[in-house]
Amino acid sequence: MTAKRLKDYGKVNQDKILSFTWENKKYFGYKGDSLAASLLANNINIIGRSFKYHRPRGIMSAGVEESGALVTIGKNEYTDPNVRATSQELYEGLIASGQNAFPNVNFDLGYINNYLSRFFAAGFYYKTFMGLPPFEWGKGTKIWMIYEKLIRKAAGMGKASKMPDPDKYEHANEFCDVLIIGSGPSGIAAAVEAANNNLDVILVEQDHVIGGNLLSNSNFDFEEKKYFLQKAGIKVMTRTTAFGLYDNCVAGMIERVNDHFFLPKNNTPRQRFWTIRSKHIILSTGSLERHIAFNNNDIPGVMTVNAARHYLNRYGVLAGEKIIICTNNDSVFETSILLSKAGAKVKVFDIREKIDENTIKKLNTNNVEIEFNKAPLNIQGNKKVESIDIGIKVGNKYKKVNEEECDLVLISGGWSPVIHLLSHRGIKPKWDKENLCFLPSQSSEPITVAGSAAGIWNNDDCEASGIASGLKAANEIGIKTSDYFFPKQGGWKNPIFPLFEIKSNRSRSKSFIDFQHDVTSDDIRLAHREGFVSVEHLKRYTTLGMANDQGKMGNIIGLSIMADLLQKEISEVGTTVFRPPYTPISIGALAGRNVNKHFRPLRVTPLHDWNLENGAKMIETGLYQRPWYYPKNNEKLADAYIREASSVRKTVGLCDVTSLGKISIQGPDSTIFLNKVYSNAFAKLPINKARYGIMLRDDGLVMDDGTSWRLSENEYFMTTSTAHAAKVMLWLEELLQTRWQNLKVHVTSVSEEWAAVSIAGPKSRDTLSLCVEDPNLISNDNLPFMGLTQTKLNNGIPCRIARISFSGELAFEIYTPSDFAYNMMNILWESAKKFDGCLYGLEALGALRIEKGHVTGAELDGRVTIEDVELGKMASDKKSYIGSAMQKRGVLADKDRETLVGIFPRNKSQTFDAGTIICKKNEIKGYGIGRITSVTYSPGLGHWIGLGFIKGGYTEWKNTIVVGADPVRNKEIDLEIVSPHMFDPKGERLHG
Amino acid sequence: MFLINCPHCGERDQSEFNCGGEAHIVRPKNPLNLTDDQWADYLFMRKNIKGIQFERWNHSNGCRRWFNVVRNTATDEILKIYNIGEKAPQIEGNNPKTPSGEPIIGSGNYSTSFEKKQ
Repeated sequence: MTAKRLKDYGKVNQDKILSFTWENKKYFGYKGDSLAASLLANNINIIGRSFKYHRPRGIMSAGVEESGALVTIGKNEYTDPNVRATSQELYEGLIASGQNAFPNVNFDLGYINNYLSRFFAAGFYYKTFMGLPPFEWGKGTKIWMIYEKLIRKAAGMGKASKMPDPDKYEHANEFCDVLIIGSGPSGIAAAVEAANNNLDVILVEQDHVIGGNLLSNSNFDFEEKKYFLQKAGIKVMTRTTAFGLYDNCVAGMIERVNDHFFLPKNNTPRQRFWTIRSKHIILSTGSLERHIAFNNNDIPGVMTVNAARHYLNRYGVLAGEKIIICTNNDSVFETSILLSKAGAKVKVFDIREKIDENTIKKLNTNNVEIEFNKAPLNIQGNKKVESIDIGIKVGNKYKKVNEEECDLVLISGGWSPVIHLLSHRGIKPKWDKENLCFLPSQSSEPITVAGSAAGIWNNDDCEASGIASGLKAANEIGIKTSDYFFPKQGGWKNPIFPLFEIKSNRSRSKSFIDFQHDVTSDDIRLAHREGFVSVEHLKRYTTLGMANDQGKMGNIIGLSIMADLLQKEISEVGTTVFRPPYTPISIGALAGRNVNKHFRPLRVTPLHDWNLENGAKMIETGLYQRPWYYPKNNEKLADAYIREASSVRKTVGLCDVTSLGKISIQGPDSTIFLNKVYSNAFAKLPINKARYGIMLRDDGLVMDDGTSWRLSENEYFMTTSTAHAAKVMLWLEELLQTRWQNLKVHVTSVSEEWAAVSIAGPKSRDTLSLCVEDPNLISNDNLPFMGLTQTKLNNGIPCRIARISFSGELAFEIYTPSDFAYNMMNILWESAKKFDGCLYGLEALGALRIEKGHVTGAELDGRVTIEDVELGKMASDKKSYIGSAMQKRGVLADKDRETLVGIFPRNKSQTFDAGTIICKKNEIKGYGIGRITSVTYSPGLGHWIGLGFIKGGYTEWKNTIVVGADPVRNKEIDLEIVSPHMFDPKGERLHG
Repeated sequence: MFLINCPHCGERDQSEFNCGGEAHIVRPKNPLNLTDDQWADYLFMRKNIKGIQFERWNHSNGCRRWFNVVRNTATDEILKIYNIGEKAPQIEGNNPKTPSGEPIIGSGNYSTSFEKKQ
C-alpha cells in the first residue's frame, strides 16, 4: 500500500513534529497521531508477525479492536508488550518494535510455520505432544512440560520485562449521578441532556480526544466540543477506559495518566485505577466494524472501511491510492466518496444484488465505481496487497471472475455493537437477524444503552437516542423531565446481506477469523468435526477470541460458521460471555500503591531502634519485627541462643515482649465478663494480682492464652499472644455488642500504648531493684508470684510490674508507656550488665519455654482442647464459660486424643525436627500416633528436646520407645516420651 | 463493591466492614440436652441464601460496631439496617431479583441438616 499524508486533512497538528523509533530506526509523526497513523504515513506495512504461522500482519483497524498491529513499547524495565499501535498515542521519543519475529518483522525465520500450517491446526500441540504416535514414548505431563517451554517460545506475542515494574500507580474514587461511557454522538448528547437536568455527569472516553466516530468527520472540532461540555459542568475524563461494570452501578476504570509521555511527569502515577459509583450508567460505547473471512484476508493492506475514514479525516493519512472496498451493507458509501475526493481511485464490490438508485448516482458523480453480486475471494501478494481476486457465487461456493490490481483492500462485514460492559452484568445479548448483530437485552439495573451500541446506525438517530437516554436517566433518578423516545434500531436504506465467510474451491484456505491467534475458518470446521460444538468449547479448543482483542473482531464470524455447520441460527448457537477487562489493563494498576511494604506493612516496637543499636538480628513474626538473637563476636544463631538461654538460667536476661496484645477492660461488670470469657475462675482475683487464663472458642477449642491483671475494682489489663491480639480484641467486642449487651464493660486495645520487657533469671530481682524508685515494692513479700504493682522506675518513669514467668525463672514483666520505652530499656540494661546479664531474643525465649513445656502458637493451632495441652485442671467446673458446653461432648472428651508431651531423643547426641510424625515402632505409616510441634536444644538439660502431641499422652507412653519419622527429610529417630515439664518440673526456680 | 450505610458513621465502602454471618441465631437454653447434631447446627451451620439474607456486619475499619443488615445476596442490594438486639423486620417480596435471570433458588437455600431432619 502506498499511504501518504495530506496537508489539508486531519485533526493532528501538522506543525508539531514528533520523532519516534520503530525497530531501531528513527521516524517522524505529528502531535495527535496514533502510533499506527504515523507508521502508516511512513509507509511501514508490516507491523507484527502472527501467533502461530508468523505471517506478516499490518494495521487492520483504527481502534482498540486492533488485531494485527500489536507492538512492544519502551525497553528494559519499561517494556510494555502487546500494545495496540492503533490506540497508542504518539509522543516524542517513543520506542516501539515488532513482536514474535526473529530477526525482525520484515524477515522472520518463523515464517516456515506458514508452510507447515497443515500440521498446526487447532489442538495440534496437545494432540502431538501429549502422547500420540510418533511420540508415544513421551506420554504424560512430565514430557509435556518440556515441550511446552519450546512451544511457548515459538508461538506467542510480545515478551514482558522480567524486571520489577518501575512505575507508580494509584487508586482513586469518584461519585456521580450519571456515568456516560463513550463520547461519540450519543454519549455527548446524553451528557448534555443529563447536565441540563442539573445532574452530576461524568463522561468517560478511552481515546485521548473526545468524539468517538465523530472524529472521522471532517468538520468535527473535538477541542471546541470538550470546552463546551466542561462549560456545561460535565466532568470529561479522556484516556480513561471503563474496563468493567459491577454491582450497584459501580464501574472500574483505568486512566492512562502518563502513557503519552516518555516518563511520567511531576511525580504523577503512570496509571490511575478509578472506582466510580453512579446512580445511572449510560453505555454509549459504539460499535465495531467486522471483517469478512476469505483467503489471505490478513495480508498487510487489508483494513476495515471505517478505519480508512478515520485515518483520512482524523490523522490526514490517505491509506492507499488504488482502493478496493468490499461490503455487504450501506455504511461504506460515504467513506468511499470521501476517499475518492481525497484523491484515491476507489472501486466498491457489493455482495448485494442491488441498492437504491440515489446512492448509485451519488457514487458515480464522485468517481466511485460499484459492482454488485461480487465478493472478495483471495488476496494476492506476500508482504503487502498487490491485487485481489473477485468472485461470484456459484452454488454455495464462490468462483473467481476477475482480478483487480490494488494497494489497499477495505472490508465491511457489518457492525457489532460493543455490548461487553452489559455482558459483565450477566445480561445475555440477543441476535438481531435484520441488522446481523448481537443487540443488548433489557437490564433490571439502571443502565441504558445508547447510540450504535444499541444498534442504531445513523448519526442523527444516535444523537436522538443519547438525548432520550439522558432524559431517562434523569427521570429514573427522580427529576421530572419532558417526554422522550428512543429511535428505532437499524437505519440503513438497503438491508444488510449475511456474509461472514467466502468459501472457495480451494482444498485448504487461509481465511482468518481471529487474526491474533491465527484461527482460520478451517479450524472451526475441524472443531465441529471433533465434536466441539458449544461456543464455549469452540472458544477453548480453537482459542478463537482468547487473544488480546478477546474476539472483538472475529467472534461473530466464528459463531456464524459454527451455526452454519450445525444448521442452526446464530441466535440458537449463542455467544460466549464477555468478562472484564474490556481492553487489557496493567496488573500494576490493580495493585496500586499496595506493593512492597505497603502491601504488608511493617510493625515495629518502640524498642526497635534500641534493639538494632544493641546488635539484634530481627525476625518477622506476623507483621511485627522482633529481636531474634543478639550475636556476640559474629556468633551464629545456634551459638547465640544457647548462650542467651544459659545466661537467663544462670544470671538474668532482658527480652522485648512489646508485641504481645494488650487490652484495657473497664467497667463495673469487668469481673463477670472475664469470668465468662476465660475457662478458668476469675471471679475472685484480688486487686494487684494477675492470673494466667485460657480462652476457648464456641466450639470448645483453645483460642488464646494470656494473663489478665486486676488493676482496681473495675479495671483489668489483659495480655494476649502476639499472633492472636487482633482476633481476641474482635472477639471481646463481638461478645459485648452481640451477646451480652447488658454487661457494663468497655474494651480498648492499648497494644500500641505500652512497651513491655521481660526480665528473667535468678538475678532479675537484683537487677530490677537498682531500677525502681522503691525497691521495697518488689520484694518477695510485697510482690509474690503473680503479684503486680504500679510504680515508677528511676527518673520517674511510670510503670506496671508483674511477677510473671514464661521461662520458669524468677521473672518480671515491666510495662511503660511507649514513649518511655527507650529510657526504660537503657536503665534495665545498665543494671543487668552489672549482674553479667544478657539480652535475649525470640529463639532463646522459645528454648526456655519448651524446656518448661509452656505452649505457644505452635501448639495452640486451633485444633487442640484445653485437656490436650494438659491444662484441663485449670478449667472451672463451677461456672459456664465460652466453650464449656463442648467440654463433655463427643470427640472433645475422647480419652484417646493426642495430648501434650515432652520428647527426648533416645540417643542424647541426636537431633530431630519440628513437623516430625511420631509412630509406633515398626508401624511407620499414615498420620502416625502423634506429631512434634516445637524443637530446641536445651541448655538446661544438655541435649535436644521437643514438645509434641501423642495419642493417650505421657502416661500411656512413658516407658515405650517410639519412632520420629520424617519422610520428607528421610530421617528416622528413636524417641522417648517424657512429661512436658522437662526442666525444673517442681517449679522451684520460679520462686527464686 | 457496595456501600454500607453504617448507622454510626454513614455510608462507607464495603471494604471497611466484615461480615459476621447469619443474624438472629439463638443459643439453645440447655445445651446438654441437645444431640450432637442439634448442637452442631447451632454452632456451625449457617444459611447461605441466594436472595434475602439477614446478616450481622461489623464496621471493623471504622467505629468497630456491630449491626444487622438485610441484604439481597443476589444483587447486593441492602434492604434494611437495624441494631443488634432488635427483632428481624418483615421484608416484602422475598424473591430475589437475579441480574441475569438465573434460578432464584441456589444450593445455599437448602438450609441446614438440622432443619432438614425436622
